Amino acid sequence: MTEVRLANLTKAYGNMEVVHAIDLDIADNEFLVLVGPSGCGKSTTLRMIAGLEEITGGTIHIGDRVVNDLAPRERNVSMVFQNYALYPHMTVRENLGFGLKIAKVAEQDIGTRVTQAADILGIAELMERMPAELSGGQRQRVAMGRAIVRNPDVFLFDEPLSNLDAKLRVQMRTEIKKLHRRVENTVVYVTHDQVEAMTLADRIVIMRDGYIEQVGTPLEVFNEPANTFVGSFIGSPPMNQLDGIVRLADGDISLADGLSIPIPQRTRARLSEGQKVVVGIRPDDLAPRGHGIHDSEASAELELSVSISEPLGTETLLFTSIGGVEVQGKMLNPRMVAPDERMKFVLAVDRVHIFEAAGGRNVMIDN
Amino acid sequence: MPKRLNAVVSWVLTFLVMVIIGLPGLWVILSGFRPNREILAKPAVWVPERLSLDNFAAIFGLGDTQVAIPVANYFANSLVIAVTSTVIAIAIGMSGGYAFARFRFRFKNGVFLGLMLSRTVPGIALSLPVFMVWSRIGLIDTQFGLILVYVALNIPFTIWLIDGFFRQIPKELSEAGQVDGCTRWQAFWRIEFPLARSGIASAAIFAFLTSWNEYALASNLTRSTDSKTLPVGLMDFTAQFTIDWAGMCAMAVIIIVPALALTFLVQKHLIAGLTFGGVKG
Ligand SMILES: Nc1ncnc2c1ncn2[C@@H]1O[C@H](COP(=O)(O)OP(=O)(O)OP(=O)(O)O)[C@@H](O)[C@H]1O
Ligand SMILES: [Mg+2]
Repeated sequence: MTEVRLANLTKAYGNMEVVHAIDLDIADNEFLVLVGPSGCGKSTTLRMIAGLEEITGGTIHIGDRVVNDLAPRERNVSMVFQNYALYPHMTVRENLGFGLKIAKVAEQDIGTRVTQAADILGIAELMERMPAELSGGQRQRVAMGRAIVRNPDVFLFDEPLSNLDAKLRVQMRTEIKKLHRRVENTVVYVTHDQVEAMTLADRIVIMRDGYIEQVGTPLEVFNEPANTFVGSFIGSPPMNQLDGIVRLADGDISLADGLSIPIPQRTRARLSEGQKVVVGIRPDDLAPRGHGIHDSEASAELELSVSISEPLGTETLLFTSIGGVEVQGKMLNPRMVAPDERMKFVLAVDRVHIFEAAGGRNVMIDN
Repeated sequence: MPKRLNAVVSWVLTFLVMVIIGLPGLWVILSGFRPNREILAKPAVWVPERLSLDNFAAIFGLGDTQVAIPVANYFANSLVIAVTSTVIAIAIGMSGGYAFARFRFRFKNGVFLGLMLSRTVPGIALSLPVFMVWSRIGLIDTQFGLILVYVALNIPFTIWLIDGFFRQIPKELSEAGQVDGCTRWQAFWRIEFPLARSGIASAAIFAFLTSWNEYALASNLTRSTDSKTLPVGLMDFTAQFTIDWAGMCAMAVIIIVPALALTFLVQKHLIAGLTFGGVKG
């Protein structure tokens, strides 16, 4: 049973505060992913949990202990680093067994546990090699083996896949997920790749500039982004965001270029006349008639001209613009699109997100 | 065959350079095994007629011709002084190099620059001030006095070299070790130290050779068998009107051999250290 609890956790380098009093409860066996753009404080937060970075303020609980002042080795966590950090002067076997050896586990037990971990990760044939003789993917496995062999309370991953090529990354992603199912430990996983976050996480924490912007399951943060930042960060291709003004009398929100869309039903009560808003439209929800995912729902029609189309096979991305802002739509069952072709787009209105123009907060979310 | 020609030319040039560098050394070594009269003969005798250990016997006070020079004392002094100062310089160099590579502290760049600048002062320029201070506090003609000077002389360089080696080791390795259950101290000895070993070894060789060969400062700060080192002892062979070249060369051989042996022993590390130093930014 290992929950991790961060309360008021703050980190400053000198006068510069980089993590601002964040609160976070991580459940036992949970796979929690910290995601956010570069420099937002993900690594710093993770390293504070590991004990590699001193805490400026607040507390960290691991299990029922406050670990603020404990050294990394007293926290029973293990960590996988972005550059793997395998010990270059030790064989794979020694790398895996190092932690147990330091803990003075009996030689025989080390042997069994190392073999077991090696089997789980499929690196049994590599045991006598040096790290320099391994490929990136193999190093990655060894690093994970080293993490699981000690059977820690909490696993910490800092962008473990970012040095792998795209294909291997997808493969290892799945393996990490399987591994978690198998060893059932609490995991805190840092990445700046929102796809990785969505696919791996039980819950996602989206960070920006040292603040937590939203915490939720992948579907929650996708379907109810707390603000424009989360809206544009989660989802690929990113959410289109357009400025608009609420016209309650007409029941719509007017956009640039004389276009307007109906007010989504669920947001109506939360909007006021003349309110400036940002309209968030995911490319999935904007498709030429007959080519959409959500064709059957409440819809509005927009006629737009397509400047560029990018066929991806099962779908084609369409680039158009409203009021000079680039807008992407998605066409399923694609057909050829002529350059500058004018098309009738269907917008799934109830899937549109409305944010306050000032501050960017989703109008559906109370703070 | 211009390529072939190229190879030949560069081989010849290399050979010439090596001859220029190596010949005096070879001459010294050969002379160590030849009698004085053959060394001074005119015209010069290029190829020795007979090599003998007579010179060595002489300076160690054995054999017929006795030269009253306490070589054994000098050797012992040199060894004690060079080894002790190296050990201390390396201990400090390791701590300092590690600190510069790993920690952030105030005035770090200034201190580092200061250390490097101190190397621009030629040692001999310090000999008079050091002499005055040492004579006041009674360190003239002591092994300790010389050890202190050599430690100071070697520290900037050892710190610089070792800092570079630690800098090359990603700090995540030590961190991984600490997460794996090490204290910082254990992580240092089990992970970072083994990886920096070749750098530390080359720093040690350089420090040892500096102390072992140093003449200028030692000649000022030593007086007697209490502290005179081998290079200073060489001057014992010069009398007012004569120089005992044979004895001097024999003693030079005694100085060269340990240095040479040591260098060969750790050649591999030394090259790693040198080439590494070349690319260090
Ligand atoms: N040792 C340090 N001294 C000063 N500032 C630091 C230090 N380490 C990190 N920072 C700052 O703290 C902030 C957060 O850094 P952190 O490494 O946690 O970002 P990150 O979210 O992991 O980014 P990335 O995705 O690039 O790894 C950054 O603005 C960074 O410049
Ligand atoms: Mg990071």
